Amino acid sequence: MTRPPTMSGTRDGVVTGASTPEPGAARPRGRRFRAGRAGTLAVFLAPALVLFLLLVVAPIVVASYASMYKWNGFGLPENFVGLDNYTRAFRDPTFLGDLWRGLVLIVLSLLVQLPVALGLAMLLNQPLKGRSVYRLIFFAPYVLSEVTTAVLFTLVFSPNRGLGDGLTRLLGADAGTIFADPDTVLLAVFLVVSWKYFGFYMILYLAGRQSIPKELHEAATVDGAGAWESFRHVTLPLLGPTIRISVFLSVIGTIQLFDMVWVLTGGGPIHASETMAVTMYQYGFRRFEVGYASAISIVMFLLSLVFALFYQRIIMRRDTEGALTNQGANG
Amino acid sequence: MTTPASPAVRARRLVLHLVSVAVGALIVVPILFGVLGGFKDNGQLSTNPLGWPDPWVTENYTGILASEVFWRQLGNSLLIAVTGTVIVVGSAAMAAFVLARYAFRGRELIVTLFAIGLMFPFAVAILPLFVLLRGMGLLDNPLGVILPQAAFGLPVTIIILRQFFRTIPGEVEEAAILDGCGPFGFFWRVLLPMARPALATVSVLAVVTSWNNFMLPLVVFTDQSWWTLPVGVQAFQGQYADDTARVLAYVVLSMLPALGFYAVAERQLVGGLAGSVKG
Repeated sequence: MTRPPTMSGTRDGVVTGASTPEPGAARPRGRRFRAGRAGTLAVFLAPALVLFLLLVVAPIVVASYASMYKWNGFGLPENFVGLDNYTRAFRDPTFLGDLWRGLVLIVLSLLVQLPVALGLAMLLNQPLKGRSVYRLIFFAPYVLSEVTTAVLFTLVFSPNRGLGDGLTRLLGADAGTIFADPDTVLLAVFLVVSWKYFGFYMILYLAGRQSIPKELHEAATVDGAGAWESFRHVTLPLLGPTIRISVFLSVIGTIQLFDMVWVLTGGGPIHASETMAVTMYQYGFRRFEVGYASAISIVMFLLSLVFALFYQRIIMRRDTEGALTNQGANG
Repeated sequence: MTTPASPAVRARRLVLHLVSVAVGALIVVPILFGVLGGFKDNGQLSTNPLGWPDPWVTENYTGILASEVFWRQLGNSLLIAVTGTVIVVGSAAMAAFVLARYAFRGRELIVTLFAIGLMFPFAVAILPLFVLLRGMGLLDNPLGVILPQAAFGLPVTIIILRQFFRTIPGEVEEAAILDGCGPFGFFWRVLLPMARPALATVSVLAVVTSWNNFMLPLVVFTDQSWWTLPVGVQAFQGQYADDTARVLAYVVLSMLPALGFYAVAERQLVGGLAGSVKG
């Protein structure tokens, strides 16, 4: 909703033109030409808007245009094919596999990574000697790039010289092939992703947990609630907004997973760990089928957008309305 | 731990410690494997992947530290991170200022536009971005990485800063105006100094994002002399695929700046992430 600025008082314009009180808005004062105010707005907004429109919005517009052409990326796209690139994608076993693998990774994250992070956050919320050190260590992988993490883990699991191999040699097994086996590779990728990111979610939960007023848990204890009941009926509902945002970030992050997979496996063996972004990169930058790769980009974009809109309308609405979430969860 | 703990409490604490140490080990052991592996040669890695180096081999590390390539990649990463951060924080602060403190037609539209930008996957834009940068002659030019990176960092930066700017009371602005400050003077001399903590937070976030970016420098820089550390590490792995010890040393050295930065800026980073999501 845009609200037209109402110029109460002078017609010459004002420094801040709202007649309705805005948080932090100064009272209208005159003596400045309207062009001056518009000029100020333009000068302050221009750098960000130009950067954003040119380098974020325009590429997505271009991608949706290019996705309707058979185009190798050189010259101007001329060979219009309509929606053929899209129908091709949805008949392409690799791309359909990408969708399936994305779903598997999302489900694994929601069922394993986030609950583990939540459990550890609850743990580190207890009075515990050295917990700040634990916290520092758990979060450290988040600052490492996906590339260094991925290279490190290819070596950790490298056959014959790796840590995994050394450990399993003790047990008489063989872990050196975890990234080479189509049956295990996706799980292996998931484990490395979790290694890097669970600390991030843990920090989010910890921050959410610490913003819950102490009195609520004290009241629960007085009412005879044990640790589990207190967690189930006080912590969890009040952590609702944080948990919902973490689920959102996790899903959006998984849809665009690239660096980690590209370096760990390149999508292989035989596409067993390939993601949409990897497929897009293969077609766009290796085979120069830019039109087709653009169509995959747009599908990724639409999936993110539809998920985000749906999620914010249906699931996060309660949070934005400022309601106490999960009221009546106590039944 | 001032009061003497009951046995039950002590047992509970012990369990908590055991779990924490176990998880901590899962984090630390792979990194430690890398650090120690860098001090081995490949023969030692094959026969003794788990133990301490014997003897300690330092050539892997010293060789890399003496090579110009590593330092150049470090310098490139640094140049891109610092310049990009200045651009994104500077332009975001200016935009956030008017979006927070001015009412004008179209303001909510602009705010919504940036908010939608939060969920643009970078991978979606990379292909047309590449074509666009090629058209502008920005391939193999650091600006080809710096500018798009700054553009994609704008949404989160603007949203955090705008929230912070709104908390500064209107009286401060009125007083500044009475003292003869124009909007530029207020922004530069009053608002920015007051917003120092928020600026630190978004700067740290921007540096980390830039430092870890891989896809963009990967496609923009075909000229090796512009490679950043992530691209360099990946290429090094490809080049020395058979020399595991050397690659481990390279990975460890490329992790050090990030871990060092984390040690210094932990508070800003953690606070920023927690705050930006809660906000």
